[in-house]
Amino acid sequence: MSLLNKEEPLTLDTFVRGIWRENPVFVTVLGMCPTLAVTNSATNAISMGLATLFVLLCSNVLVSMLRKVIPKEVRIASYIVLIASFVTVVDYAIQAISLEVYEALGAFIQLIVVNCIILGRAEAYASRQTVVNTAVNSIGTGIGFTLALLCLGVVREVLGAGTLFGVRILPEQFQPWVLMLLPAGGFFVLAGWMLLIDWMNHRKERKALEQEGATVHGQ
Amino acid sequence: MANESLGFIFLNALVINNFVLAMFLGICPFLGVSGKKDTALNMGIATTFVMFVSSMCAYALNWVLVALGIEFLRLISYIVVIASAVQLVEMFIKKTSPALFRALGIYLPLITTNCAVLGIAVFQTAKNYDLAQSAVYSIGAGAGFTLALLLMAGLREKLDLADVPSVARGAGMTLMLAGLLSLAFMGFAGLGGGGD
Repeated sequence: MSLLNKEEPLTLDTFVRGIWRENPVFVTVLGMCPTLAVTNSATNAISMGLATLFVLLCSNVLVSMLRKVIPKEVRIASYIVLIASFVTVVDYAIQAISLEVYEALGAFIQLIVVNCIILGRAEAYASRQTVVNTAVNSIGTGIGFTLALLCLGVVREVLGAGTLFGVRILPEQFQPWVLMLLPAGGFFVLAGWMLLIDWMNHRKERKALEQEGATVHGQ
Repeated sequence: MANESLGFIFLNALVINNFVLAMFLGICPFLGVSGKKDTALNMGIATTFVMFVSSMCAYALNWVLVALGIEFLRLISYIVVIASAVQLVEMFIKKTSPALFRALGIYLPLITTNCAVLGIAVFQTAKNYDLAQSAVYSIGAGAGFTLALLLMAGLREKLDLADVPSVARGAGMTLMLAGLLSLAFMGFAGLGGGGD
């Protein structure tokens, strides 16, 4: 977590770290509720990701603009009111664009308000950084979140229904693994991804240690 | 929808559609504060209380909003009410039990962003529950949340003594456990009689 008090220069890292090194789902373990609840199909996952990206971007840019105006004591309440306004916008917009998606996502659109990623970014980043930096960082984090949702959504839809984005990709004989679409499946798939990432990190660490050991030994 | 009996609503929120294990609400505290049984129980009670208070306030608020015809302000006003309720509970706990206040730490103010609390307000509005039904619904959901948290804390206390591969000592293992718990709770689905 970056707890910088100084404004950082705009670099590529501002954008990229939200996608990989500080991925909101896999690394900082934030925003778990929508991650698990709406990823039973790839379409739902991507709509949720984009809706969150929109709210994240708009509310954090506004927070960053107002960072010198909002008194410190009431900042959390102010942030949450800003976020709630944009969620209301998204809620009505999705209802107007696609009723099907609206019904699939259900109450979870309104629950974007309490997605900790957004408040977390507002508190840890937008309240201290310039508008441009905030916009770039928010887009990065939003894309990271969308990709993480997609990781879950694709696995669950392919295994649970044999389809991807509603198009059948596995042969008819494939017996759908319905468990994957049920709540328990969400937990299992996310656990699987977490274990995979932990395992990769472990291997990298061990390799680094071995290399270090080898050089010490060589001397 | 609105003529469900109070007993069914309670049971439904408690086990059949358990907020944590079946509807994925309140996962953050579920993963964060489920390390010890005492803390889990206290967190559950605090959350239940916040749920009850905000559910009652949300009911009154919704009545006013509908009367004035400004339903689009619903989300904003709900979240403000919840934030105030959390502040109230925080002050109360700080005064009565500083030790508990320290144990709950950052997760206490974070009840504000616990989706289970906002979820209660949103769902009871969507289901058109009356005052008594809303009250029972919020208490049932709070009890369900506490139950899930307690079960998880018990499992994790046992797990601390077990020999787990070092790779799996993180969030992955906790999620795997949650999956198993959720699987077990699916057994309650039959109690609903296909109602949902």
